Amino acid sequence: MKNCEYQQIDPRALGTPASTPSSTLPCGKTSSHRPKRKWEVFPGRNRFYCDGRIIVARQCGVLPLTLGLILFTSGLFFVFDCPFLVAHLTVCIPVIAGVLFLFVVITLLQTSFSDPGILPRALPDEAADIERQIDNSGSGTYRPPPRTKEILINGQVVKLKYCFTCKMFRPPRTSHCSLCDNCVERFDHHCPWVGNCVGKRNYRFFYTFIISLSFLTSFIFGCVITHLTLRSQSGRGFIQALQESPASVVELVVCFFSIWSILGLSGFHTYLVASNLTTNEDIKGSWSGKRPAEESGNPYTYNSIFTNCCVVLCGPMPPSLIDRRGYLPPDVIPQTVNSEADLHPFMAKNDTNMCTQSTKELLESVAHSSLVQSTCTPATTKTAPVTQESLLITVSSTLSASGRPPPTGCSGRQARRPTDKACPPRESKHKTSFRLPSPPYSLSHSPLILSDAPDVGFIPLT
Amino acid sequence: RRPHSASLANKVFIQRDYSEGTVCKFQTKFPSELDSRIEKTLFEDTVKTLNNYYAEAEKIGGHSYLEGCLACITAYLIFLCMETRYEKVLKKISRYIQEQNEKIYAPRGLLITDPIERGMRVIEISIYEDRGSSGSSSGSSTTSSSGR
Repeated sequence: MKNCEYQQIDPRALGTPASTPSSTLPCGKTSSHRPKRKWEVFPGRNRFYCDGRIIVARQCGVLPLTLGLILFTSGLFFVFDCPFLVAHLTVCIPVIAGVLFLFVVITLLQTSFSDPGILPRALPDEAADIERQIDNSGSGTYRPPPRTKEILINGQVVKLKYCFTCKMFRPPRTSHCSLCDNCVERFDHHCPWVGNCVGKRNYRFFYTFIISLSFLTSFIFGCVITHLTLRSQSGRGFIQALQESPASVVELVVCFFSIWSILGLSGFHTYLVASNLTTNEDIKGSWSGKRPAEESGNPYTYNSIFTNCCVVLCGPMPPSLIDRRGYLPPDVIPQTVNSEADLHPFMAKNDTNMCTQSTKELLESVAHSSLVQSTCTPATTKTAPVTQESLLITVSSTLSASGRPPPTGCSGRQARRPTDKACPPRESKHKTSFRLPSPPYSLSHSPLILSDAPDVGFIPLT
Repeated sequence: RRPHSASLANKVFIQRDYSEGTVCKFQTKFPSELDSRIEKTLFEDTVKTLNNYYAEAEKIGGHSYLEGCLACITAYLIFLCMETRYEKVLKKISRYIQEQNEKIYAPRGLLITDPIERGMRVIEISIYEDRGSSGSSSGSSTTSSSGR
């Protein structure tokens, strides 16, 4: 078996296989070490824990803050308010609060730690096949063909875009998350509060999380008000009650400010679920732009609120496509040509014309070199950029000359991070005030959203 | 593992058919590269059966609602212990593909890769060429069938 793996590599370049156990001999390394799992060579910007069982985005956002606030506020409630309420009212109060609290924490962790529906990147063969099809279908003129494909879904024309990072035409409703560097199916948004994308597989967890959180915050708020009222009736006034139970004040403040945003968000997502839309589609006005008077041109809706809700929330649970705990077969070409991730800042996703020619050449050279040089997977992630570095430098210098400097994308994103915390409450406040039951509402409110807070914690992407 | 007597000549990718939405369905158009290798009806039968399996997995009806509601009530913790219907059907699909490979495709020098290994985007069919020797042309992972 070893012999056939070395056929394509010049043995003289590597020295004798037996004597050099260094990283230049990927095959030797694999045989002496345990076989790698697929999550270890995953090309997206994700982090994995518990040997691949848990997946989070690289930037965990404000997940610790979210979790901390929930635990802190609920803890204060159970310790300071519940004894009084149990004594004066009923023991059901901590029971209900406990159940809600468990729901909130469990669904939050599930939203954060599960695969949102990431599409694995196209293997080199598949990417090359798609490239060939694009070439064949393109016109013979000098202009490079646009990287879009139009298809008919339920009689409606939908445009599929080509993803430069993942080397494939994105299926409908799929979007590429720039923070996680993955294409996600039925992409809703990237939520910094849960530190992960929200997509096909974890939308129901996310929805349950915000609904149960709405109930929890409202319940705690109501109970704390009741507690203070009862205390002030039996004591010497409201101020005295506040002084006797300072923890309640903290809870009141936290709940008061959270309720607006959480209730607004829940309402918004209930509307999305009922019309089978995603946040991404709603913000971009994908289906409501052309015919505002009619029912939205959404080809995915079942035209019944009940059916839409059932399908989105109770539909079958799709499997994870990335198989993060699977083992890499030692003689298979790796999942991706990883150096392409470096191209990402250079490639403006909407500047197809600018990049297509040089991209194609790069793709071809990359595909050839990766096929020739690597038969074993693990070290390819390290060796591939070495040979393609010179190509990347050439490409980057050509592209940055055309006015799209690479670092801006990344640093811009970084700079925007702190504002995301403040954005969801503001954004959803607008949504609450402009909420209308009918679909045309999204046409009227989406320009507002775009001008108000472009990032808002929901990152609209191509 | 014995060295291959067949070499990989080409790969054909059957793309997804999105005409009915985002449900998993593959195009049944017969690719020209397979024209000389396999009968059109056999190929179409395979793809149609696969499409039916996927439709069964993604079917929305009483059973899936029950599963969904039960999952919701338990805060989705049952997904950690129970195998979902989708996963059960996926296992059926892989058995079916293996059986098709053994019976129909491997004797013709073809190999179907399970779409789940390609992110459910394509059905990859590898075309192997005999090196002209008497060895059988078979896929790597399936049991070899008798040569022509």
